Amino acid sequence: MSEKHHIIPVWFFVGVLFLVYGVLILCSGLAEWLHPPNTVLAELHAPVWWGGLLIALGGTYCAMFRPGRSKS
Amino acid sequence: MTLLLAAENASRLVRLSTVDLVIIVFYFALVLTIGFYLKRFATTGEDFFMAGREMTAWVAGLAFVSANLGSLELLGWAGSAYQYGILAAHWYWIGAIPAMLFLGLVMMPFYYISKTHSVPGYLQLRYGTAASGLSAVTFAIMTILMSGVNMYAMAVVMKVVLGWNLNFSIFVSSITVAIYVAAGGLFSAIFNEVLQFFLIWSGALLIPILGLIETGGWKGMVSRIQQNFPGQDFTHMWSNLGHFQDNPMGMHWTGIVFGLGAVQAMGYWTTDFLVVQRVLSAKDIRSAKMAPIIGSFFKMAVPLIVILPGLLGLAVLPMHLVPASQLQPGQFSYNEVLPLMLARYCGPGLLGLGITALVAGFMAGMAGNVSAFATVWTYDLYRPYIRKTAPDAHYVSMGRWCTLIGVFISIGTAYLAMGFASIMDYVQALFGFFIAPLFGTVLLGMLWKRVTNAAGFWGLLAGTLTSIGIFTAMKMDHRWVGVFALSPHAQGLAQDMYQSLWSCTTCVIVTVLVTLVTRPRPDGELKGLVYSLTDVAQEERVGLLRRPLFWGGAALLGLIVLQVIFW
Repeated sequence: MSEKHHIIPVWFFVGVLFLVYGVLILCSGLAEWLHPPNTVLAELHAPVWWGGLLIALGGTYCAMFRPGRSKS
Repeated sequence: MTLLLAAENASRLVRLSTVDLVIIVFYFALVLTIGFYLKRFATTGEDFFMAGREMTAWVAGLAFVSANLGSLELLGWAGSAYQYGILAAHWYWIGAIPAMLFLGLVMMPFYYISKTHSVPGYLQLRYGTAASGLSAVTFAIMTILMSGVNMYAMAVVMKVVLGWNLNFSIFVSSITVAIYVAAGGLFSAIFNEVLQFFLIWSGALLIPILGLIETGGWKGMVSRIQQNFPGQDFTHMWSNLGHFQDNPMGMHWTGIVFGLGAVQAMGYWTTDFLVVQRVLSAKDIRSAKMAPIIGSFFKMAVPLIVILPGLLGLAVLPMHLVPASQLQPGQFSYNEVLPLMLARYCGPGLLGLGITALVAGFMAGMAGNVSAFATVWTYDLYRPYIRKTAPDAHYVSMGRWCTLIGVFISIGTAYLAMGFASIMDYVQALFGFFIAPLFGTVLLGMLWKRVTNAAGFWGLLAGTLTSIGIFTAMKMDHRWVGVFALSPHAQGLAQDMYQSLWSCTTCVIVTVLVTLVTRPRPDGELKGLVYSLTDVAQEERVGLLRRPLFWGGAALLGLIVLQVIFW
């Protein structure tokens, strides 16, 4: 993003945020698998697949924009 | 921390689990870390106030949209969708997309070529100090008021939904914003706006997905709304705008097309420095033109996470929500529809993500306001009127202090907002006061070289006073609504649109009349500021897919398709 300052790309921070949130939400979804919360459509286990999706997106962003990775 | 957060209220809507609190705390830690990391890069005025003018089109475009996606926007428009139906989407589509494209394709070259640091800065070059000073003062007042109202809106939701102490929410969130913006300036604000953009989508997108699953898709949702609210049309955008009394908003299509699309939206998206500042940070003119166009595609998608949850609320919520002014114990207001839908579908983890998205929305909205305030104060008021010559480092230091002071004044206005039950209704009116006439002044200045300095100032002043006068008349005596908003059935938002229309029209008429009786500036002084005297650099020969005009056309096509689908 920055040619003058060599700042870590903002996309890397987005990746870190998604990765950490994905892990937390996936773990929380797995922990409540047998006893889902009292919410509508809890049987769909949204935290599990949503957490998984965040992990995939976050991991991809972290890998693609990690500090020190040269631009292709 | 947990103990403080749990300063609970018996009437709260949901209870947060440990994982939810970890998610919220991690967000605060991350934005502060980013702020301190970026502090080392914000050393000059160009870095602190303009983010070094080195942002890519994508980053500038996302920050451009995100600065407008504050908590007031999220909660308020979801509430408006519950109140007025899909008509609220006009503020995202015709009320945003054409204006964003106009900014990118027509106006941005002038802002960028003139190398101005702000919209009042452009007025300074085009009209001199009088119009610039007036614009800077009104903008500074507006940003601080908006920031305070935004803060209050978030704190009220946190109190109602989570039982958090009002003072705790206000102080912790705003001090965090003050620290990271004061540290990294516009770099920090933009980084966190991009972060917030992704956070909001990740936190809010599950609501429409699960909502549509519950209702059996769009048709099922419409059918349920018709069952819950028989005889009312909440799901059409244009077919019910032929008469004021045919739709829940009391709106006529002329108000949407001319008041919203042609004046208020154009004014907001092209002259409100809060959003324009993000685009000015772009690294080159092509990026500056592309940023609003990229932003327009995302803006077009935002109704999915803001308007659709409001409509789903009409379909699935077991209770009917009421206006905030008529709230009784045990009831919920329109503005609480988004948190109610969040609580309906989201358990531990996802709930924390959704709440963090709301908090992030508030923080980004506030960061946008205070960073714009700091720039306008430092460059358009402090430097020309108080200290004309000082080292660059002095102005950077002033910007940092001004950020802190701006936050503390905003906290004061948040407490002031508590004294007004209907302050939320006045937010659109605020835009009408200051933004609608500004659009007339800036546009005439860019397109007509004959416009004089005096005309710019008097046109702007007349437009602002007209707007305030119409607003006051309509609030004091409802009979004026029938005069200015063309129908006594016009509701608050419809009144605001016509108020903007009259304000801009007055500004244009006065500007033209004063121009005709005053002496124009020599052409040589207006190079780079006026269309006919500026060589807008031709774009380098690039492929079709890299041309702003192509993507602008694609966005416009998308807008037309959406209008037809939801006609």
